[in-house]
Amino acid sequence: MEKILSKNFFNPQARSIAFYLKDGGYEAARKALTVMTPQTVIDEITRSNLRGLGGAGFPTGKKWSFIPKDSPKPKYLVVNSDESEPGTFKDRHIMEWDPHLLLEGIIIACYAIGAHRCFIYTRGEYYRFAGIVQAALDEAYGERFFGKKIFGSEFDLDVVIHLGAGAYICGEETALLESLEGKRGWPRLKPPFPAIVGLFGCPTIINNTETISHVPGIIRNGSEWFADLGSPKNGGTRMYSVSGHVKKPGVYELPAGTTLREIIYTHAGGVRNDRKLRAVIPGGSSSPVLKPEEIDVKMDVESLAAVGSMVGSAGVIVMDETTCLVKALAIISKFYQHESCGQCTPCREGTGWMTRILRRNLEGQGVREDLDNLPRLAGNILGNTICPLGDAAALPVQSFIAKFRDEFESHIRNGTCTAVR
Amino acid sequence: MSLGALSDKLLATISELLAKYPQPRAALIPILNACQREYGFVSAETEAAVAEVLSIPVIEVRETISFYSLLLRKPAGKYRLQFCTNISCSLLGAEESVATACRRLGIQEGETTPDKRFTITTVECLGACEMSPSLQVNDDYYANMTPDKVDELLDKLK
Ligand SMILES: Cc1cc2nc3c(=O)[nH]c(=O)nc-3n(C[C@H](O)[C@H](O)[C@H](O)COP(=O)(O)O)c2cc1C
Ligand code: SF4
Ligand code: FES
Repeated sequence: MEKILSKNFFNPQARSIAFYLKDGGYEAARKALTVMTPQTVIDEITRSNLRGLGGAGFPTGKKWSFIPKDSPKPKYLVVNSDESEPGTFKDRHIMEWDPHLLLEGIIIACYAIGAHRCFIYTRGEYYRFAGIVQAALDEAYGERFFGKKIFGSEFDLDVVIHLGAGAYICGEETALLESLEGKRGWPRLKPPFPAIVGLFGCPTIINNTETISHVPGIIRNGSEWFADLGSPKNGGTRMYSVSGHVKKPGVYELPAGTTLREIIYTHAGGVRNDRKLRAVIPGGSSSPVLKPEEIDVKMDVESLAAVGSMVGSAGVIVMDETTCLVKALAIISKFYQHESCGQCTPCREGTGWMTRILRRNLEGQGVREDLDNLPRLAGNILGNTICPLGDAAALPVQSFIAKFRDEFESHIRNGTCTAVR
Repeated sequence: MSLGALSDKLLATISELLAKYPQPRAALIPILNACQREYGFVSAETEAAVAEVLSIPVIEVRETISFYSLLLRKPAGKYRLQFCTNISCSLLGAEESVATACRRLGIQEGETTPDKRFTITTVECLGACEMSPSLQVNDDYYANMTPDKVDELLDKLK
């Protein structure tokens, strides 16, 4: 299959603008700015079925169309390169290996929404990768692809790379905006949505790194080409991050809607030591866990929803038969407790309760009622919070216990783990 | 004047940072990151100076610092060993590497060696799960950590 985002991965020469230009780089941006109107760009993206690849899967063209056309305020594009959902590492690969692809996508997206300023928000840990993107940006400024009157058009654009300082919640788009404004990352109540009231109170589009990196290809090759690569309603390819107990962990670019089985067994080499599969988390640690008999599901928004999970960030975490699932869930739960911003009582208190109960179970002190209390606590969080972190904490708890109740019971009965070692 | 807490080099960096944002407050975290790169942590004097540069109350600077795990209000070791112990790294035995580092350096996680060379922390997912178990030392990533590799690395960083 043709690779779009990952074709230059692991080739250090490919980062240079000379390499990128030789391959037709920045021609899509030139085309957009010189022969297309912002509306035709948005229409093309809409027809391509590009969906947000940061987690929520919102149709990108539709999101862009929410930007008010008559607002006198400046508009902003914010690229979400925060990438901190456990199990996800694809955006880092784009930043590291093909930064110009992201930058070209930014030019086109900003033109479409009328933004003259873009911020790339990335996690502080990605200091080196931010440096690679900055070097690419400097090269592109040198070619006058950024700055004033780009490609001889009337369009001006500046990009700022902004490093965060360690807080998972800042990946949530409104917490990210708060953080970018120099505050602590407390998610905002929606509505108003950022497209209306976003960064500095101005209309703002927030898109994931991978989402924006798909834009040049769509403008270059057309929406039909892109839509045909994927599955219905999910255009293009997507980058699956595969980690855990597989032979070849890594990022695999495959059509949207590739089955989980194909990803794990054909591309990631299957389960290490040819052990038996025990469980798979399909879309980053917040997505409900799947049993081995469920992995024929297609990795797209609708197919995973149909089996009660989420494609999320497409971070596939593979667990073999040696895994203690009580421990796995305890780790996930502790993570969300640690990262809860504390604004909403159900999230702040609920994640604490669940984490303490799970720790007790892990230490062999669990009691039978725990297995009813945990899903009930999770249920009290679901839907009752400002941002989806509450749900992200609740869904794994409910799914692990619903699907692997026997293992949790055995832990309580035996006071210890009985997984194969 | 508390601005004296900031070197000329830092003051120059700060004006560059301020120019990047439509509102000065937005430069706060980048400014704090820059201060920390220079001094290793954000002291009370630095806090006060940054507050003055941005014309905001010191308490707001402190509130921001305390929210972000990478911003330090106390000095750390020259090498900050940040072991990921989140799900993918834990599945592949991250805890053994942490234990080895603690044993070798004679400190607990969260502590700094008396010679101020090493700080050990366990952290959440580093966005490098294909390198599990992963470790970040200052800005650099290390992949597939094992107790043996921890030993080797500590010899090198000594
Ligand atoms: C707790 C939480 C953490 C998130 N972390 C990220 C992240 O690290 N990167 C990302 O792109 N989106 C993240 N999101 C999703 C963003 O809120 C937002 O939906 C996304 O950036 C929009 O871009 P897209 O439409 O291109 O996917 C997170 C959401 C939540 C609730
Ligand atoms: S759900 Fe949790 S993380 Fe989100 S705003 Fe509420 S307390 Fe904060
Ligand atoms: S879980 Fe350790 S780097 Fe992601």
